[in-house]
Amino acid sequence: MSGDEAVARGAWEAGVGVAAAYPGTPSTEILENMSLYKDDVYCQWANNEKIAVEIALGASFGGLRSLAAFKHVGMNAAADPIFSAAYTGVNGGMVLVSADDPGCWSSQNEQDNRLYAPHARLGMLEPADSQECLDYVKAAFELSEKFDLLMLLRMTTRVCHSKSLVEQGERAEHPGVYKPDPAKYAMLPANARKRHVAVEANLAALKEYAETSPLNRTEMHGTKLGVIASGVCWLHAREAFGEDASYLKLGITHPLPDRLIRDFCAGMERIIVIEEGEPYLEEAVKALGIPCEGKAYTTRQGELSAQRIRAAFGLGGAPETVQSSLTAPARPPALCAGCPHRGFYFAMQNYHKRLVAVGDIGCYSLGVGEPFRGFDTCICMGSGFSIPIGLAKALEKQGDGRKVFGILGDSTFFHSGFNSLVDAVHAKANVCLVVLDNSITAMTGHQQNAGTEISLMGYEVPAINIRRMVLATGLPEERVLEVDPIDQAAMNAAIEKALSTKETWVILSRRPCALLKEVIKARGDLRCEIDAEACRGCRACTKVVCPALTFDAKTKKALISDPASCTGCGLCMQQCRFGAIRKAGGKA
Amino acid sequence: MITSILLTGVGGQGTILTTKILSAGLAQMGYDVKMSEIHGMSQRGGTVNTQLRYGDRVYAPNIGEGEADLIVAFEKTEALRALPYLKKGGSILMDRKEIMPMSVLTGAAEYPHGADKELEKLAGAKVVAAGEIAESLGSPKSQNICLLGALVKALPLPSFDWEGLIAAMVPPKTVEMNLAAFRRGREA
Repeated sequence: MSGDEAVARGAWEAGVGVAAAYPGTPSTEILENMSLYKDDVYCQWANNEKIAVEIALGASFGGLRSLAAFKHVGMNAAADPIFSAAYTGVNGGMVLVSADDPGCWSSQNEQDNRLYAPHARLGMLEPADSQECLDYVKAAFELSEKFDLLMLLRMTTRVCHSKSLVEQGERAEHPGVYKPDPAKYAMLPANARKRHVAVEANLAALKEYAETSPLNRTEMHGTKLGVIASGVCWLHAREAFGEDASYLKLGITHPLPDRLIRDFCAGMERIIVIEEGEPYLEEAVKALGIPCEGKAYTTRQGELSAQRIRAAFGLGGAPETVQSSLTAPARPPALCAGCPHRGFYFAMQNYHKRLVAVGDIGCYSLGVGEPFRGFDTCICMGSGFSIPIGLAKALEKQGDGRKVFGILGDSTFFHSGFNSLVDAVHAKANVCLVVLDNSITAMTGHQQNAGTEISLMGYEVPAINIRRMVLATGLPEERVLEVDPIDQAAMNAAIEKALSTKETWVILSRRPCALLKEVIKARGDLRCEIDAEACRGCRACTKVVCPALTFDAKTKKALISDPASCTGCGLCMQQCRFGAIRKAGGKA
Repeated sequence: MITSILLTGVGGQGTILTTKILSAGLAQMGYDVKMSEIHGMSQRGGTVNTQLRYGDRVYAPNIGEGEADLIVAFEKTEALRALPYLKKGGSILMDRKEIMPMSVLTGAAEYPHGADKELEKLAGAKVVAAGEIAESLGSPKSQNICLLGALVKALPLPSFDWEGLIAAMVPPKTVEMNLAAFRRGREA
């Protein structure tokens, strides 16, 4: 069972009643697996992480145990309710799950969300493997209710996506009752001041509990070296130092158990703290007046491994490896065969001299760089529609006549892009905002969003219409262009139009993801075929850079090299002046 | 004793399912098993690595450079890319299947077609034509299970009902195909 699966299982066993999240690697599978228990747990993909936390908060106020999950950067979006809900505390237990991504495997930064716990005044647990994921999420619900605190379960990619053996339990129902109490739950200044006192007292009580909790434990092998670690770093450290060190393995990492740390360190000849990211534990240990080492040897960047720890602390030489004189060509992820985004980026290339583009987070982020050089900046969810407002002003002041294009997807539009669109329209910004609507949250593996007709739990729900949302801003219909991105003539015409005035334009680039089950089914065996006789070898078609299409160096002809992945979208066909490419099949 | 296996391929080749089946088998044999995967971009043609470690008691889930006892590569150039992870004296099991990365399609890089010969020479790589076998069976997607057949043969494991496990873990419609591919992989 993966860490994510184990969190879902543990929450179900703990009697959770409501769970909400916005998808984000490596946290996505928590809610996906939670929905397997939909008979017992109401599960929802929220439009963004703030909403997910607020849905969970409502359930907690209502007396149910609730969970909200997000990737690390999602916690930034959710920080607003979290900081104030920390003051209110809970009615039903409430657990926030943050999945951090040291090493940026699939993220825009490697922020260490442990720092949120002291900042927002949360209790925090850090599991190391899947069994602990299950056990700790259950413990977190107990502690949340016992100490009236919001609890943060902090995971990392290697905890979320590693699989290990798990002993499962059964579900214990946890019915609750809504008890209105504005003094506790309505955070106006007079109440908030009092609740701030309460949350500090509750944290102090949790700190006392942490001193003797079985979630914090020691493993003693002499006094030469003491190692302090939490989460997956403990596993790496245990492997790296073996029985040459004693260990303090911390499960509760906020508040930290000062006495336990002091007792462990007393008499140790050397103390080493092993942690990825920020020197969170190291600084806490040093604040107790205990000399220790950590970040002097390891960096804030990347993941740790047993080997990196050994290398950092000079244990054993570098491992011997086998060297080859050949190099493997880079294989970064790329837009799939048949991807609608390829059509948009391919058309936009024709206008690079007349526009500047701003990207966002999603599959279409893969359009940055070669071969399409699709956009210049990419920061966070929704910013693809707001950065253009400021950038357009900057270009205007510099007398630069290029128009700024903002690019984001349907799910990102619902996440927060719509807010930015409203500002752009309201400010009469000289921008063209493009929604690459592929009818699904694709990057994280096809999660439903507000635009889909089916919910996470498999129920029919009203699909929210993006076009109508855009028109609701008052933008005239003639400046809202709906285009199939694979249709190059239409996409070129739309971009031309948007470039023709200094007004705000919106392009709705609409075509569903080629990998959607229903799209695959409807497509049947539709594919493109190349007539080798007619092909002149001009390579115009290969400029679309489709993974299913290659140029055969031997025959000097274009070739559908991977017919199984060709979707017959026909983008390559539109480039052929000799009629050598045609569509074939198409019967489901 | 811990055995570390790195499985590598290209998104869509089924490396993750293969690792799942292998882990389930090892767990049923009573080993402590940890498996780690990086799959945020797995459907988009990028490199996909899964790492599996088994033994009496396994702590860390991932494998560092020079630490893999065995590399299983589903694609030729991915075997080459994973080479730094191989322990000196470790072994390689690889398919000679070639999947062109984008950098080769755009002409920015050249595909090292001789990588299988190079790895045979450098590290005694065992090359299995699993992709071709799977295609000859009429089911190109069973390449991964064919490799699994060669893989379980290469590991010093007690006898185990792998076929029963595979039948339980692959999509029902593909059981026959996959079992045929598994048997051919074992013979390879």
